[in-house]
Amino acid sequence: MKQATAADLRTLAQDHPVFAVKEIVDKHIESKGAAIPILQEIQNVFGYISPELLRRAGEFSGIPVNELYSIVTFYAQFRMEPTGEHLIQVCHGTACHLAGAERITESIQFETKAGPGKTSDDGMFTMEKVACLGCCSLAPVLTIDEETYGKLSPEKVRKIIKDVRRKNPEHSASKGDNESA
Amino acid sequence: MHDKQYRVKVGLATCGIAGGAAKVYQILKDRLQESGIEVERTGCIGMCYNEPLVEVIEADGQSYLYGNLEPEDSLHIVDEHIEKGKPVRNLLVLGRSAETDDQTFLEKQHRILLKNCGHIDPEEIQSYIDADGYKGLRRALEQMTPESVIEEIKQSGLRGRGGAGFPTHLKWGLTRQADGAQKYIVCNADEGDPGAFMDRSVLEGDTHSVLEGMLIAGYAIGASIGYVYIRAEYPLAIRRLKIAIKQAEGKGLLGKNILGSNFSFELFIREGAGAFVCGEETALLMSIEGKRGMPRFRPPFPAQKGLFGCPTSINNVETFANVPRILHLGASAYNQLGTEESKGTKVFALAGKIRRGGLIEIPMGTTINEIVFDIGGGISTGKPFKAIQTGGPSGGCIPAELGDTPVDYESLKKIGAIMGSGGLLVMDEETCMVDVARYFLSFTREESCGKCTFCRAGTHQMLKILERITQGEGREEDVDLLIELAEKIKAGSLCGLGQTAPNPVLTTIKYFRNEYDAHVKEKYCPAKKCKALITYEIDPEACTGCTLCARNCPVDAISGMKKEAHVIDQSICISCGLCINSCKFDAVTVSSKPKQLV
Repeated sequence: MKQATAADLRTLAQDHPVFAVKEIVDKHIESKGAAIPILQEIQNVFGYISPELLRRAGEFSGIPVNELYSIVTFYAQFRMEPTGEHLIQVCHGTACHLAGAERITESIQFETKAGPGKTSDDGMFTMEKVACLGCCSLAPVLTIDEETYGKLSPEKVRKIIKDVRRKNPEHSASKGDNESA
Repeated sequence: MHDKQYRVKVGLATCGIAGGAAKVYQILKDRLQESGIEVERTGCIGMCYNEPLVEVIEADGQSYLYGNLEPEDSLHIVDEHIEKGKPVRNLLVLGRSAETDDQTFLEKQHRILLKNCGHIDPEEIQSYIDADGYKGLRRALEQMTPESVIEEIKQSGLRGRGGAGFPTHLKWGLTRQADGAQKYIVCNADEGDPGAFMDRSVLEGDTHSVLEGMLIAGYAIGASIGYVYIRAEYPLAIRRLKIAIKQAEGKGLLGKNILGSNFSFELFIREGAGAFVCGEETALLMSIEGKRGMPRFRPPFPAQKGLFGCPTSINNVETFANVPRILHLGASAYNQLGTEESKGTKVFALAGKIRRGGLIEIPMGTTINEIVFDIGGGISTGKPFKAIQTGGPSGGCIPAELGDTPVDYESLKKIGAIMGSGGLLVMDEETCMVDVARYFLSFTREESCGKCTFCRAGTHQMLKILERITQGEGREEDVDLLIELAEKIKAGSLCGLGQTAPNPVLTTIKYFRNEYDAHVKEKYCPAKKCKALITYEIDPEACTGCTLCARNCPVDAISGMKKEAHVIDQSICISCGLCINSCKFDAVTVSSKPKQLV
């Protein structure tokens, strides 16, 4: 049995979003407790879960939309609005809190004009506060588009944001604290 | 060119990669391509403070560990050590002629569970098998009945490593005895405590040990299906789990008639969707079933009625990883380690204001001081050690005076803290304990599922009180009110989240009452952390008028002419602290004066 990969589904979603939802539902519906994996894959493919996508998922899966809605609003992972071009996740785990995560959050807000949970007006950045990224020895930590930067200071944040603005989305794996480079 | 054969390993766990290890790995790979030396990939050796780490092993087995590497350092190591046979002393953290004191980081540890982490390649099953992997499973299937497996676990004294410390053999025994044709094994890898990364490191560094533990558990209780419920925030661990499952299936270690026996077992991965409460077992089961993760009343316990209504045993990652070791070493060897009531070792994620933070494994009964000073190398800031926090939002703060307390389930409980899943946060004098309590309460308030009134509304009220205390608006009766609320929340909540949520507040009140009193009565924050209770000022003597702080101030509160002393306008200042960070002349000072009194 050949299953559609996330990349296939993303291509399909561009022209035929409804078909993509149908594919996703079909892929998971046979397994027990399919609702969460279905919603996770929809978010993975579309970037977020709009009311329309939720309605379609309900229609194809037979799971009541209100049940799907209750799941989407319960779990922190799901978002119902699209993010900006770059997603910044600021770790607010305990080690990061002790190391000044609040200050980091503020400096990101000053640099990007995106407050916690918000997207900047230019659509460039969305900032999220997250519970713990598990890199406690590098605190304070943030990730931009899944690349991790550690041992942050407000100055370093400024530099990172500037770099992102300058470059385009593609990054190579790079070290968070290499000011010398 | 070199005449000796070298092995080169790079630690590629999440924190290593975040520290720059992926780049180092790529550079080494490119550089060594023609030499015939294959750069090996391994998990976390635990020295997070030294990432990225590269190990060079000489033909005679002598190991040299290099740390804190910049990309260009790795080329230097190849040029000197591998090409000329001369170890680069100033980059060494461990090994002959290393100049650091990092050896003590490992000396007090006892690595049974982490013995493979940082040594084997987690993406190669053969690497695990070569390190005695799957011998425990083989012994169980070929020489033992399910009952004798449970008996062996009983003899080992293994208790749940998720934090509560429930004896593992009891859970397995009850699930085995329960009626039902279909039974399940669930691995709780929803490591939700902020400041904890033990389970992630084990899953990333020694993936197969968790699989093997689940297989042995499945055999012991008579389950044919297992689920790993893992946080979606751990993409690397998920990827390695998927690889491990495929490889185990390929070797006949997973699937039908495992190792020629009549035991069959299937394994599925379920990604958590970001809800702390799903670490609670009944909520976790709801989540696998595709519902909101709301805990339910127990009994019936999952051992009787668990996943999809069937008997289910839920154990933590570290608990499962212990099982193959126990079966391989034998219970009598395993239970030599630890204390009377707490056997074996425990893995901790050591972080916070500590010099050598990372992943450590210690025999139960090691004292807090040994962890902080011998293993951790003391406080990173050079300030006095103030407290250590165990168990995340469910745990407590232990003051430095109780540093001789042995780390085991009972001793920690006695002083109001808990073992927890393994987060250890070290705090120094600059940490405000009221702020720490506020931090944890804001976390549990956010994560309460809302089912029980006291947890939902009570944590909200406690947070409000803590917020006003940190803002200098605390009232005389506030501390008593917090204690009263805390007791009610503990009594009136269904699950562990609510029952333990007040612990950080209660322990900080118990051991640091003076800090609460200072905030409430004197409007004074001894640690100079609470924004409303501190004032930033510029020392005109030290200020050179470089204008850097003024340019960095986000609210334009700083003014002054070039080359003249600058001044902060207190009516505009938001106490963000960016100025103190940017000043290169230590001219910005912070004092414990409430802003309104200036």
